[in-house]
Parts: sequence; structure tokens; C-alpha cells
Amino acid sequence: MWNYEKRLQYPVNIKSTNAKMAQVIISQFGGPDGELAASMRYLSQRYTMPYREVTGILTDIGTEELAHMEIVSSIIYQLTKDLSLEEIKASGFDKYYVDHTLALWPQAASGTPFTATFFQSKGDPITDLVEDLAAEQKARTTYDNILRLIKDPDVADPIKFLREREIVHFQRFGEALRIVQDHLDARNFYAFNPEFDNRPRG
Amino acid sequence: MNRNERDELLNYIYTASFALDDTILYLDTHPTDKDALDFYQKCRAIRMQAMKEYETHFGPLTEEGVKATNKWTWIEDPWPWEMGR
Repeated sequence: MWNYEKRLQYPVNIKSTNAKMAQVIISQFGGPDGELAASMRYLSQRYTMPYREVTGILTDIGTEELAHMEIVSSIIYQLTKDLSLEEIKASGFDKYYVDHTLALWPQAASGTPFTATFFQSKGDPITDLVEDLAAEQKARTTYDNILRLIKDPDVADPIKFLREREIVHFQRFGEALRIVQDHLDARNFYAFNPEFDNRPRG
Repeated sequence: MNRNERDELLNYIYTASFALDDTILYLDTHPTDKDALDFYQKCRAIRMQAMKEYETHFGPLTEEGVKATNKWTWIEDPWPWEMGR
């Protein structure tokens, strides 16, 4: 069960609109390495995860990713809320505007809609945690790419916070992978899959 | 407290929490309904008391409900989808 806190995890206060920036940053809402995919990935993987430290970290990082999705959405909202029709046409935002007006909709910067194929939930703890480690690095690279394009410190500041969280999550998933390996056969980590072969049944 | 008492207390929390969830939705569209506002306060107090009692005996329901000071009991079994075990 979840509860909502009426605040952002990190504040967003953007003073000037920028439709071009919004069209790039939206990838971290609904793109392949975005926050929505991150949250759904971890919250889907946790049910069959047999080690409680790892179930805990998947639950809590999956929850934090929802808060990150809200930060990214707030950035896009503030970057677009005061756009004039002239700015919409000149920035190329018209192709998004025609389908969604100024509303938030999860898509990649390329316009590709969000899809569950952006993430995997494989039912093998090594496989899933290696996916999670890669996902955090891919998101970190995306934020680095965004930061090269940004001049406005009001936008760069929360983006830098989100980038740092990717690094912290990568660290925690690395520790989770080590915890998993400590439970396995040290001579052959793949001797059995603890999410299938050694289930406590009944 | 035993397993039966845990299940009973948890069922009570399910009931009080759902009454609260449903009242919140009603209040979102009827923000000045005095009866609903009173009912909200009543459910909130009942839920808070039940959560406090549950967390004292059976472990945390939220991170803020972790009572132990020498161990992070948040990660301990059972997780909600394992409650039947």
C-alpha cells in the first residue's frame, strides 16, 4: 500500500519556459531509461526475490523512482506551462501539443510511447540485479547528456540531484548483488535459480 | 500476542484504512461536508491507534514505525504478499 506526500523529494522552481529542453527531458519520464520504467522494473521484480534485504531495497528504490518521476514531470510542466502558440510552433513542440496540449504523457525524446518492453523482470536474482545496475548507469548517462544541453541553473540543479541518486542506487544494487551471491554456490553462481529451483513451497 | 491476534489486528487496520481511503475520495469532491470531515477524523484516530498497537507487537508497517534501535526491522518477513504464510 502506498501513501502520497504533498511535496517533491527535491524542489523544482523554474522561472523561464523552454519547450526545446522539455522535449529532451521528457525521455526521463517515459523513455527507455526513464523513471517510470525504473519504478515499474523494481516494483515488478520484488515479489519473487527470495532475500529480504533485496526485497527491501527493490521496494524502497522502486518507491523513490516514483518520486523521481514526479520531479521530472514537474520540470516538464514548469518548462511548458506558459508557452505561447508562437513558441510552440518555433520550438517544434507542436507535434506533442497536437496530441497532448500541455499535459504530461510518458514518451521518449524521440516521440516513442512508453512501453513495458523498456524493462525486464526475469525471475532470476543475478539477471534482474545486473539489469538494475545497467539501468542506473543508463539513466546516469542520460542525465549527463541532458546536463550538457542545459544552460539554466534552475533546471540543472534538480537534474544534478537525480543524477546523483542514480549513483547511490547503483551502489545499493551492487551490495544487493553481493548479498545474493553470498547465498549461492560460490563455485557456480548458476548452479540453481533461487527464485525457481529452491522455492519454499506450500 | 499470537498469530490469530495479529491477523485480527491487521484485519481491523485493513477496515479502518479502507474507510479512510474511501472517505478521502469523497472529501476530495465534497470538501465542506461536515459529517464526512467528522467521520474522517474518527477513522484517522482509530487507524493510528491500531497501527501503533500492531507495530509495537508485530513490526513496522511504515519505515517510521521501526521501533528497534539496534536493527533495521523494516526488511523483516513477512512482506504483504506473503501474509498468508
